[in-house]
Amino acid sequence: MGKKVTVLGEVRDGALRNVSFEGVAAARKIAEDGEVVAVLLGSAVKDLAQEMIVAGADRAVVVEDEKLAGYTSDGYAQALLAVVEQENPEAILFGHTALGKDLSPKIASKLGCGLVSDAVNVEVEGGNVVFTRPIYSGKAFEKKIVTDGVIFATIRPNNIPPLEKDASRTGEVSEVSAEIKDLRTIVREVAKKATQGVDLSEAKVIVAGGRGVKSEEGFEPLQELANLLGGAVGASRGACDAEYCDYSLQIGQTGKVVTPDLYIACGISGAIQHLAGMSNSKVIVAINKDPEANIFKVADYGIVGDLFEVVPLLVEEFKSLLVKA
Amino acid sequence: MNIFVLLKRTFDTEEKITIAKGAINEEGAEFIINPYDEYAVEEAIQLRDNHGGEVTVVTVGNEEAEKQLRTALAMGADKAVLINTEDDLESGDQFTTAKILAEYLKDKEADIILAGNVAIDSGSGQVGPRVADLLDIPYVTTITNLEISGETVTVVRDVEGDSETIETKLPVLVTAQQGLNEPRYPSLPGIMKAKKKPLEELELDDLDLDEDDVEAKTKVVEIFLPPTKEAGRVLEGELDAQVKELVNLLHKEAKVI
Ligand SMILES: Cc1cc2nc3c(=O)[nH]c(=O)nc-3n(C[C@H](O)[C@H](O)[C@H](O)COP(=O)(O)OP(=O)(O)OC[C@H]3O[C@@H](n4cnc5c(N)ncnc54)[C@H](O)[C@@H]3O)c2cc1C
Ligand SMILES: Cc1cc2nc3c(=O)[nH]c(=O)nc-3n(C[C@H](O)[C@H](O)[C@H](O)COP(=O)(O)OP(=O)(O)OC[C@H]3O[C@@H](n4cnc5c(N)ncnc54)[C@H](O)[C@@H]3O)c2cc1C
Repeated sequence: MGKKVTVLGEVRDGALRNVSFEGVAAARKIAEDGEVVAVLLGSAVKDLAQEMIVAGADRAVVVEDEKLAGYTSDGYAQALLAVVEQENPEAILFGHTALGKDLSPKIASKLGCGLVSDAVNVEVEGGNVVFTRPIYSGKAFEKKIVTDGVIFATIRPNNIPPLEKDASRTGEVSEVSAEIKDLRTIVREVAKKATQGVDLSEAKVIVAGGRGVKSEEGFEPLQELANLLGGAVGASRGACDAEYCDYSLQIGQTGKVVTPDLYIACGISGAIQHLAGMSNSKVIVAINKDPEANIFKVADYGIVGDLFEVVPLLVEEFKSLLVKA
Repeated sequence: MNIFVLLKRTFDTEEKITIAKGAINEEGAEFIINPYDEYAVEEAIQLRDNHGGEVTVVTVGNEEAEKQLRTALAMGADKAVLINTEDDLESGDQFTTAKILAEYLKDKEADIILAGNVAIDSGSGQVGPRVADLLDIPYVTTITNLEISGETVTVVRDVEGDSETIETKLPVLVTAQQGLNEPRYPSLPGIMKAKKKPLEELELDDLDLDEDDVEAKTKVVEIFLPPTKEAGRVLEGELDAQVKELVNLLHKEAKVI
C-alpha cells in the first residue's frame, strides 16, 4: 500500500531551491505507488507549483498570504499545519536548511510525532522507511525509523539525487486557506551577504580557503578556479574570523554542510568542526604546506605545497584540459 | 530575570569513534558540555549580571552529567538540575527529552530559556524549538546577538550566513550559534564555589511523568562507521608534474571533472 507524502518546496529569492526537488525524489521512494503532494508557502508562489510537478510530484497545494512573504516560525507553522490537517499525510519531508531546521521541530511537536533530522538517504526496507543520517560530527552514521505517528524527516541538500525532470507531467494545483495571525516574532531586517552565483549547499564543485589564504586578495585565485569549474568558493571558520571573506561562505558545523562532487581545500588544517561540514564530499583534494595537516586524513588526493603556487598552476592545467574537451 | 539553560553532556567528537556491540563505544571517551551550550551558559551569566536574577542549568541524563553541570556552576550559573532518567527509561529520542524538559519548565515562570542550536553528537537541533512549542512560547534559533530591554527582545539570527534581526517578547527560548560570545573558563574560585551550589536531582516521578508519556517516536536500527577511505594519495615529484597528475586523476580516475 502506497503512502501519501507531502514535501515542502522551499522558495528563496523567488525560486525553488534544489533540495525541494531532491525532497520530491525522496518522497517518491517513500510513497511507492502512493501520492506525492508538494506544498508551497509564501506570498506569491503558485507559479512555482508546476516545477514541483515536473520534478515528480503528483499535485501541489499552495498557501498564499502576504504574511508569508518572509519566514517566521509561527506563520509558516500555521500555514503548514492547515495543509497537514486537510491532506492528512502519512509522511512529511523538508530540506535540512536554515528554514527546515527551524520549522520542522515545531511542526513535529505540534503533531506529537518523531522527526528524523538531516537524512542523507532513505530506503524502504521490509515495509519500514529507513533513514540514514550522520552523527558525531559526521564520523559515524545511524539508520533510523519512525515507530509511531507521522513519518517526518528533513533531508540534507545535495545527497538524494533528484528525478529526471519531465515537462509533460501535469497535476492539480489547489489552494488551502489558513489564518495567519498572532506572529510572535517580527523580522526587522535581513542583511544579505554577498553570495553571488552558485548556492554553496548545492554546488557540485567547491574551492575552499582557510587561514592559509592569508588575505581577502588571497581568495582571488580560488575564485578563478571555482569559476573555471562552474563551482563556488567556500571557507573555513579561520578564514571568516580573519575577515578574509564573509561568514556566508563558512563551511562546517556552524556554517554550511556541503556534499559536492569535488571539494578542494586550500590552506585549511582540517579541524573536526570543518570536517563535519564537508567530509561527505565525493572527492576531496587537499592543498596544504604542512604534510601533517589533518585535512590529508580525509583527502583522496593531496598536494603538499604552497597554495599560491599550486592554485594558479591548477587553473592553467584545467584550462588546457577544458580546451581539449 | 529568571534564566534557564538547557545543557547536554556530549561525547567529544574530536575523539576517535569506534563501535562496540552496535553502539558508539563510550569506554574511556572524553565527555564535555556540548560546545553550543557553552555559549548559552555564557550568555545566561552575562544576562544575569546585567539584569539581575538567577541562572539555572538543566540536563536530562544520568549521574555522569553531574560533572558538566558542576562545570557550568563553576562558570557562574547559580543552580543546576539533573533530571535523571537512568532508572526509568531505556531509550529515548528528541521527543522524549523535550517533553521531560518542558514538563520541568512549565511552572518555573522562566523569562528566557537558552539552549544550544545543535548537539554535536546526535545533532538534530530539535530540542530547543520543541521545548518552546510545548511551553507555547516563541523561539529564535542560531542567534549571534541578544539584547533585552524591558519585555522587548532583539536578536540577530544567522541564516546560512545572512543575518536577520528579529524582535520578540519575553518569555522566549533562543538557541546559541557560534559567535554569540566567548565562553569563559571556570576560575579556581569559581570551581570552589561550585561545589557548594545547589544541584537538585529529579526523576520522572517528580515531574508526574510516566514512561508512556515520553516514549520515543523513533528508533535507531543500526549504527555504522563510514567505509574506511583508502589512505589518500599524497602526490610527489615536481610541483608542475603533481598538478598535471592531479588534474589527470580528477578527470580520468575520479571522473569529477
Ligand atoms: C563550536 C565550534 C564550532 C566551529 N565551527 C566551525 C565551522 O563550522 N567551520 C570551520 O571551518 N571551523 C569551525 N570551528 C573552528 C575550527 O575549530 C578551526 O579553528 C578552524 O576550522 C581553523 O580554520 P583553518 O583551517 O582555516 O585555520 P588553521 O587551523 O590556522 O589552518 C591553516 C592551515 O593553512 C596552512 N597554510 C598556511 N599557509 C599556507 C600556504 N601558503 N599554502 C598552503 N597551506 C598553507 C597551514 O599549514 C594550516 O594547516 C569551530 C570551532 C568551535 C569551537
Ligand atoms: C532515556 C534516554 C535514552 C536515550 N538513548 C539514546 C540512545 O540510545 N541513542 C542515542 O543516540 N540517543 C539517545 N538518547 C538521546 C536522544 O536521542 C537525543 O540525543 C537527545 O534527545 C537530544 O537530541 P539531540 O542530541 O539531537 O540534541 P539537539 O536537539 O541537537 O540539541 C539541541 C540543544 O537542546 C538541548 N538539549 C539536548 N539534549 C538535552 C538534554 N539531554 N538535556 C538538556 N538539554 C538538552 C541543548 O541545549 C542542545 O544544545 C536518549 C535520551 C533519553 C532521554
